[in-house]
Amino acid sequence: MDMPKPDARVLDAREAVVARLRTVLPGDAVISDPAETRAYDCDALTAYRCAPLAVVLPRTTAEVSAVLAACSALGVKVVPRGSGTSLAGGALPTADCVVLGVARMNAVIETDYANRFIKVQSGRTNLSVTGAVEAEGWFYAPDPSSQLACAIAGNIAMNSGGAHCLKYGVTTNNLLGVTLVLMSGEVVEIGGPWLEAGGIDLLGVICGSEGQLGVVTEATLRILPRPEGARPVLMGFDANAVAGACVADIIKAGILPVAIEFMDRPCIRATEEFAHAGYPDCEALLIIEVEGSPAEIDEQLARIKAIAARHQPVAYRESGSEEESRKIWLGRKSAFGAMGNINDYMCLDGTIPVSELPFVLRRIGEMSAEVGLDVANVFHAGDGNMHPLILYDANKPGDLERCEAFGAAILRLCVEVGGCLTGEHGVGIEKRDLMQVQFSDADLEAQLTVKDVFDPGWLLNPAKVFPLAVTAARRAG
Amino acid sequence: MRPETEAELSEMVRGAEGSLLLRGGGTRRLGSGVGGLLDLSGLSGISLYEPGALTLVAGAGTPLTEVEALLAGARQRLAFEVPDLRGLLGREGVSTLGGVAAANASGPRRVQVGACRDHLLGLRFVNGMGVAIKSGGRVMKNVTGLDLVKLLAGSHGVLGVISEVALKVQAVPEAAATLVGSRGLADGLAALRAALGSPYDVSGAAYVDGAALIRVEGMAGSVAYRAQALQARLGGAWDVVEGADLWRGVRDVSAFAGADGAVWRVSVKPSDALAVVTGLAGVAHRAVFDWGGGLIWLLVAAEVDVRARVPGGHATLVRALPGMEAVPVFPPETAAVAALTRGLRAQFDPRGILNAGMMG
Repeated sequence: MDMPKPDARVLDAREAVVARLRTVLPGDAVISDPAETRAYDCDALTAYRCAPLAVVLPRTTAEVSAVLAACSALGVKVVPRGSGTSLAGGALPTADCVVLGVARMNAVIETDYANRFIKVQSGRTNLSVTGAVEAEGWFYAPDPSSQLACAIAGNIAMNSGGAHCLKYGVTTNNLLGVTLVLMSGEVVEIGGPWLEAGGIDLLGVICGSEGQLGVVTEATLRILPRPEGARPVLMGFDANAVAGACVADIIKAGILPVAIEFMDRPCIRATEEFAHAGYPDCEALLIIEVEGSPAEIDEQLARIKAIAARHQPVAYRESGSEEESRKIWLGRKSAFGAMGNINDYMCLDGTIPVSELPFVLRRIGEMSAEVGLDVANVFHAGDGNMHPLILYDANKPGDLERCEAFGAAILRLCVEVGGCLTGEHGVGIEKRDLMQVQFSDADLEAQLTVKDVFDPGWLLNPAKVFPLAVTAARRAG
Repeated sequence: MRPETEAELSEMVRGAEGSLLLRGGGTRRLGSGVGGLLDLSGLSGISLYEPGALTLVAGAGTPLTEVEALLAGARQRLAFEVPDLRGLLGREGVSTLGGVAAANASGPRRVQVGACRDHLLGLRFVNGMGVAIKSGGRVMKNVTGLDLVKLLAGSHGVLGVISEVALKVQAVPEAAATLVGSRGLADGLAALRAALGSPYDVSGAAYVDGAALIRVEGMAGSVAYRAQALQARLGGAWDVVEGADLWRGVRDVSAFAGADGAVWRVSVKPSDALAVVTGLAGVAHRAVFDWGGGLIWLLVAAEVDVRARVPGGHATLVRALPGMEAVPVFPPETAAVAALTRGLRAQFDPRGILNAGMMG
């Protein structure tokens, strides 16, 4: 993975840059000691690290504006950071950048149940948004796996999803408005607690822009009343294709579960050894969760059971209690930890049309045998968002490179069958160089021109999302 | 000009010497436009429909009715409930998918499932230089690159000419029921908000002609249960009407179809809806409320300055009267937003030829 050569002019001016930042921020908001900035050297894609020039931790929109205006004036790049949980390297610093962390901006600004929204500072964690409203019986729907730690700022940057987005949508479907600070320091209010924005949908392109367009400091989010109850069912099948067909039939029947999760045999075995969730030993396992009153849940599960029966499940287990529900989810939720326990792994995130699931799973199996690296599959089956985990040994020379090449081949396969490179994790640096597999030069150019409008100097989160060669002239300014 | 392929469309835009007036079916254009007519109805045809994947891909000129008929055959539909504004706007013609996307046309179910833009999986479009561009795709989750799909949805053709649309579709639920309750305005609007604040997954909340309408959809047993639970929670007398026919009138604002006056579409916080209308005391007006009060359709005389009466939110002039030429159709933007919008238009259509004069 290449990163651009740091700007020597900026590296040489390090002292002056830090001094300038100290004039616009309180003393404790500027970190320049390398021992202290080390925590910001990487995000959750830990294979890549780089020490930044400095780190700033502003507390207000005005402070963010002052930092960006100062960096703009000095020609210094800025890498925005939420909680640093990106799996794609979205918050990876460059040596000549200032990392702007929003973690101290975590207040709730306004809660309005009558109008179903909450307004928060963007450093607030995903789970604590729900935490602010759950006593009143409400919740914030997008639920990425990292929700305990990840910040709303990062959720907006990556348009994060989660297991329950099958019913409730991803971040972009639950975002009503933002306060955005442009690289120039200008503060822009976009959208608000109403449904129509009026003009061109700037909010729609800001969400998922991976910190390319501006820094979101405040967000107005849709909150929803919590459903009366939820219940999962677990079912096992003796072939991936059969489980895939069962998913398609459920969706076609018009039943809308809140989650349909899929695990294949390698993943089932690994998690069973790790978490002892009592999963059946079978080729493919589905966890399907439905919501509503007890009677509504019974009605939906009866329908699901009838559909599943047509596919001869080798196991079918409906939760009868809170404890059983917890056990059904236990294996799925510890899947990544279980895989990490037995191996190093790389987690992919391509999305495919649901109808292509059986073919793609078979091809991944064949490719795995050819390459000699094992793959475990655990993913959101209802929307075709796959998460193949490629197992490798980081201590074995060449293994990481083989793994990355295999990962790229799987993502190419996803695009070939009509899918995309990333469903919810983002491009970051990880999939940057594969963008031309999915997009033509003209497609990419159109995206670059949007950045030209928001960040004409190309100083915000540079060297991400787009292939370096494609952006070289713009980055050179 | 009437292109039949995207390549022809590109050629026509590239070679255009003046402004182009884009038209799908001409059923939902806002304001008047100038330029040579670019008729997009030739970009027609459904190229992919996978009911099991809830996915449909079609040319932008494909008639909405053709799509709806195909979906109905598999008991599916477009979840966002596309309004038919021909009656309201006094138009004829055949609504097309491209026009629906360009207008981000969304009906009563928006409070539950989101707008048209939330169901657009991907788009192909031709920018003002004649370059064909793809964004998004045909899969349910996609965060690959900047989301130009959202940018184009609701841009009324000023950023590009949409040539193909990929949509997420929805199964038709087996049952639907609407609670209909005669209420005064304040009580009626409060009931809508209370219903949307309940866990009963309301899919429509409107107030028309002195009645609050609250809709639930789903499996038969579930609909019966939720209709019952909502009545208990909201109190007072409610009739329960099965089916969904009465929502067509809300969706299409048919109450104003033949009536004289300017029509405004006002978007506010639901709890501000009452103040907008009580502020019109002494001024002749009619109002239809959708989205729990978050959308107000107002019928007023030409001289009423509706924008001055909207506390926060937006007002769009959907149907103007003669003499209102100086009133902007689209809501004014802040200087910062207007600058970004201008910048995007200059990038996507540097010659300013696509639907010139639309959106300010």
